[in-house]
Amino acid sequence: MNIAVTVKQIPDPAVPGKLEGDHTLERAGKLILDDSDAYGVEMALQLAEAAGGGEVVLISMAPNGEVSGLRTALAMGAARAVLVSDDALAGSDSLGTAKVLAKAIERAGGIDLVLTATESTDGYTGTIPAQVAELLGWPSLTFAKHVELGGGKVTIQRQTENGYDTVEAALPAVVSVTAGVVEPRYPSFKGIMAAKNKPVDAVGIGDLGLSADQVGWAGARQKIVNVGAAPEREAGEKIEDDGEAFGRIVAYLENLKVI
Amino acid sequence: MAVSKIWVFAEADGDKPAGATLEILTKARELAGTVEAVFVGTNADALAGELGAHGASKVYAIDPGDGLPGVVGAATLAALVGEHSPDVILFAQSYDGRDAVARLSAKLDRPVLTNGTALSVDGDTVVVGTAIFGGNTLVDTAFDGEGPFLAAIRPKSFAAEPSGGGAAEVVAVAAADAGRAGEAKVLERHVEEREGPKLEEAEIVVSGGRGIGSAEAFGPLVDELASLLGGASGASRAIVDAGWVPYSKQVGQTGKVVKPKLYIALGISGATQHMVGMKGSDNIICVNKDGEAPIFGIADLGVVGDVHKVVPKLIEAIKAKK
Repeated sequence: MNIAVTVKQIPDPAVPGKLEGDHTLERAGKLILDDSDAYGVEMALQLAEAAGGGEVVLISMAPNGEVSGLRTALAMGAARAVLVSDDALAGSDSLGTAKVLAKAIERAGGIDLVLTATESTDGYTGTIPAQVAELLGWPSLTFAKHVELGGGKVTIQRQTENGYDTVEAALPAVVSVTAGVVEPRYPSFKGIMAAKNKPVDAVGIGDLGLSADQVGWAGARQKIVNVGAAPEREAGEKIEDDGEAFGRIVAYLENLKVI
Repeated sequence: MAVSKIWVFAEADGDKPAGATLEILTKARELAGTVEAVFVGTNADALAGELGAHGASKVYAIDPGDGLPGVVGAATLAALVGEHSPDVILFAQSYDGRDAVARLSAKLDRPVLTNGTALSVDGDTVVVGTAIFGGNTLVDTAFDGEGPFLAAIRPKSFAAEPSGGGAAEVVAVAAADAGRAGEAKVLERHVEEREGPKLEEAEIVVSGGRGIGSAEAFGPLVDELASLLGGASGASRAIVDAGWVPYSKQVGQTGKVVKPKLYIALGISGATQHMVGMKGSDNIICVNKDGEAPIFGIADLGVVGDVHKVVPKLIEAIKAKK
């Protein structure tokens, strides 16, 4: 059971974001494993173990050959990675990114299941899992809060507005997992040391059979026409609780005619 | 080539159109002369009246069988665009809307702009506005290529207003073959009893964050208060990540964006990604032990205190008034 996990390496969400002059997100500083992807990596490791073996392969598109986020996921137990890095990728939109990831998954070879997050923490466009599935020609089972494998099929509980649906498809398939679906393991010291030597297949778009006009700004077929500050919202009243602050809330609610 | 025909991927909430569908239809009819709905489901007849009243002259109705609506929708839309040439196709940023627009984008090889909160036509292109960096920065992006232009719109970005139009004409369309994607089958639907309104549509939202202390505290503090006020309960990403509540309750840039009349944040510090999900609320009340937490910067009424002390007394006082 070979499972590919798409992982994104992003600027630390705790640090305020910045745009470059060309309106791309600044990615020059340290890039870390997106928390959203830690769930996919953990789920893949658990599913591979339960299936009696197989590899977890990381698939990542990142600028400047960045590997630090990959090493974190390799330290958790993933076996190897395919990393796509190329100047032509700057300004890629969701579809361009999905084209790259789909080709990288094909390059990884022998994949039975692809796990992804439902959206990344920094871009959160939210469409890449299903775009990748369409490009691979595979079923997409999205918003999974529970995943099981068996008999060549994957079965999930798919989050809905009113509860969940049980959805099933034959492998190979793409599954996106929701936040909090499993508790990601902390890499052990042994895992961290082993990660340093695990193979990272570092490629450019040419190696994937893609051309510059399919990706990056050229392929995005969109342009940013305005960037501006949002109107500020101001703070109102601030009080310390001396045991009676609840009364002020009650008064506020009455004023709003909520109670 | 101006924008003259807009399609809206309609969704249902039982036998009524989803709130987001009506909001998007209202916006669409401001922008184009012809607005039509595309619906995957079996009860299009029940929806036709309200869809029409909000601007849809037709609703193409597709029966998904036991397939996933987003998958069947994308395959069928791809089959229909050649014949009908819509200039723009709009989706809600919902679970099925995202599936549909994503697969369609890859099928047609067209980009998609998501998380839209503003929409306009500029000559023969469409401009989608969205907020980034915790809602501090607004970015407008225009499509630069051939249509159809695909966009996903956040709920509550526009107001739904009826136009007084008559019922939409229901046109049944056969579901297109979705290839291997069509192999995904819904085996069972589990509907959880939801008391009270849906999170994105609630007039009042009470949300909990790490400051509530434990998963067990969510019921008595957050759900209880929400229920008393006739509202919905929500959560910060931190407690969803911790597994205390499901992803469906998450408010924030990677969760739901809400714009209720009143938002009460309990034990939430106000990470920028959370605030983008709720700073459009009319009124914001927060309770947090840390007076320097960023949430106080946007609250109309901020209480610096322990939620375990303030909220039970608040609940008692509200009950006493009933």
